[in-house]
Amino acid sequence: MTAAPELSEARLAQAETIDALSTYQFGWSDSDAAGATAKRGLDEDVVRGISHLKDEPEWMLERRLKALKLFERQPLPTWGADLSEIDFDNIKYFVRSTEQKVTSWEDLPDDIKYTYDRIGIPEAEKQQMIAGVSAQYESEVVYNSIREDLAQQGVVFLDTDSGLKEYPDLFEEYFGSVIPAGDNKFSALNTAVWSGGSFVYVPKGVHVKIPLQAYFRINTENMGQFERTLIIVDEDAYVHYVEGCTAPVYRSDSLHSAVVEIIVKKGGRCRYTTIQNWSTNVYNLVTKRTKAEEGATMEWVDGNIGAKVTMKYPSVWMMGEHAKGSVLSVAFAGKGQHQDTGSKMLHLAPHTSSEIISKSISREGGRSSYRGLVQVNPGAHHSRSTVKCDALLVDTKSRSDTYPYVDIREDDVTMGHEATVSKISDDQLFYLMSRGLTEEEAMAMIVRGFIEPIAKELPMEYALELNRLIEMQMEGAVG
Amino acid sequence: MAKLEISDLHVSVITDDTSKEILRGVNLTIDAGETHAIMGPNGSGKSTLAYSLAGHPKYRVTSGTVLLDGTDVLSMTVDQRARAGLFLAMQYPVEIPGVTTSNFLRTAATAVRGQAPGVRQWLKEVKDEMESLQMDPDFAQRSVNEGFSGGEKKRHEILQMSLLKPKIAILDETDSGLDIDALRIVSEGVNRYKADSAAAGEAVGVLLITHYTRILRYIQPDFVHVFVAGQVAESGGSELAEELEADGYVRFTGQAVPA
Ligand SMILES: Nc1ncnc2c1ncn2[C@@H]1O[C@H](COP(=O)(O)OP(=O)(O)OP(=O)(O)O)[C@@H](O)[C@H]1O
Ligand SMILES: [Mg+2]
Repeated sequence: MTAAPELSEARLAQAETIDALSTYQFGWSDSDAAGATAKRGLDEDVVRGISHLKDEPEWMLERRLKALKLFERQPLPTWGADLSEIDFDNIKYFVRSTEQKVTSWEDLPDDIKYTYDRIGIPEAEKQQMIAGVSAQYESEVVYNSIREDLAQQGVVFLDTDSGLKEYPDLFEEYFGSVIPAGDNKFSALNTAVWSGGSFVYVPKGVHVKIPLQAYFRINTENMGQFERTLIIVDEDAYVHYVEGCTAPVYRSDSLHSAVVEIIVKKGGRCRYTTIQNWSTNVYNLVTKRTKAEEGATMEWVDGNIGAKVTMKYPSVWMMGEHAKGSVLSVAFAGKGQHQDTGSKMLHLAPHTSSEIISKSISREGGRSSYRGLVQVNPGAHHSRSTVKCDALLVDTKSRSDTYPYVDIREDDVTMGHEATVSKISDDQLFYLMSRGLTEEEAMAMIVRGFIEPIAKELPMEYALELNRLIEMQMEGAVG
Repeated sequence: MAKLEISDLHVSVITDDTSKEILRGVNLTIDAGETHAIMGPNGSGKSTLAYSLAGHPKYRVTSGTVLLDGTDVLSMTVDQRARAGLFLAMQYPVEIPGVTTSNFLRTAATAVRGQAPGVRQWLKEVKDEMESLQMDPDFAQRSVNEGFSGGEKKRHEILQMSLLKPKIAILDETDSGLDIDALRIVSEGVNRYKADSAAAGEAVGVLLITHYTRILRYIQPDFVHVFVAGQVAESGGSELAEELEADGYVRFTGQAVPA
């Protein structure tokens, strides 16, 4: 009994911060001068208009127009969540909020600055906690900064539009190479009308030590947000990209349909972290995929707390020997929400390994589904895969489903699959309440404990945000 | 000064479709500063009494009253009872995966005390108590009760008692599963809290449920109650415990306990 307790002040400060922030809300909106005038509905003119405004090369316009055709031809998916209520004619496909990009907070228009101040980015930036911030406000990235040292190492962190202008060759080589327009209806839509998003290039052998962060907000009623992100991690390089998003609450439904393409070259490693907290009228239909070359590692950390409907299955195509893919995901489905999430792992080379860990929480009639595919192709011998999904039901009217698909075309593989569904037990609640916690606090604590294996993988401020969001979600859990 | 009054308490346990009466008219008054030991055969309803006082939803009170300082306890929720000063050290503490013990303790202390304790003072408080109970500091960062041995769970219960500073503490078989040294350490923990609370002018009343007289040599009871078939069958001083140890419950149950 000589060592001092491991209880550090930092730990306690964290707990206190969580307490202090538990009343946080995101349901405000700024004056909507830019959004009010944008046109609703989608046709060739809209697509041409976007491309023209951005002064894009001809090949990009052609890609967009082709994608538009594909979008029009493809039916809505018949599996997953109910998308029948999306009114594509009532969506604004492009909203431009500021004329030029800016590189310092002071230059942002006041209402936008105010919005970001409420999310707290400038503080984080000032504390030098992040390597660069790319904030997307409405359809275009209006703010972009990167530390000098990163720039000196040759790391590129730009909004996607600038990426296209400044790195046309890289762009033409990789854009759509992981997720072709015709992959699904929503990747086609995104390819036709994309704007904003991030473009990241990490040169050979460069390790970006601190996370690159981007924040996204939708602020215009009925506005679709179609950001497009392209990340290229060169050989033996490493980057952690963090995307967070929060949308204010509006009356009618809006659509968020992003495409994220990542290439991790030989021996490289990429981690991509998202916590989305769209307001509960947003359809969040996102395609995320990585091609991992020999010995490369891709890690998706994915939190889905908000949105009315989420369909998102971050994927890794393991193209080279010893490539690794992992997905750690947590989904929270509250009242009126359907989180249909999971992953796709494609083993295309020998000695590849994948891991999917999925945790979901459903309450108040919310529905969460795990939908995953593990495919081991001929020749991908000695591949390994582990899938573990745990569902927690907070009450009896909520729902959780598991759709684990496995497609093995090779003999010599190791597969593991585990799935559990649990309820918050009376005895756990009783134990915590007998220590003075209200029922609501007790439930929130049990839920936070349930997702802790994922929260601990997040950067500190995101772990705090996740806890805070879970707490907000659990408010009124006792009725 | 605290006083817990249990009068003619009848309690049924609720299972899926049945309910079975377990407590059949319990009468017991615990005053501040007093230590009451309850001994009784397995299944006689001792834990049921403890859970009912704390408000576990599986147990339904069908009649009777429980008053804490004259206030009706039975109409309070579980957490209200805790905040009113009732504490139950459980026979089988529950695991809460993913929640660190340090976070749990601080959240509980904040809830019961009505405000978050100052960080520095709190750290010292926890450190001192853990040292006294000879708990490894690592426990603070482990999930609540997860993977704790039986004896470690019991120490953790007593740690919570000393941090939450209840007016009435119910200890349900806190001595079971403790090795000889641990029994002494835990007993000393209880005695320390009894002394500290008395010194602070809020002497704790203790209801100690046990099967063994050994703990009673460390924690001197003022009263011993024999609990049989959901009732207090007889009350006396510590000599009653010695008699039970020698003769078993046969005088009260009318039948020899099977060997
Ligand atoms: N949740 C429950 N479901 C079904 N029966 C129960 C439940 N709780 C208690 N009982 C029954 O009530 C009776 C009293 O149980 P209780 O746990 O109170 O006994 P005890 O005196 O604490 O015994 P022990 O000395 O073994 O701890 C037993 O017959 C037990 O089976
Ligand atoms: Mg018992």
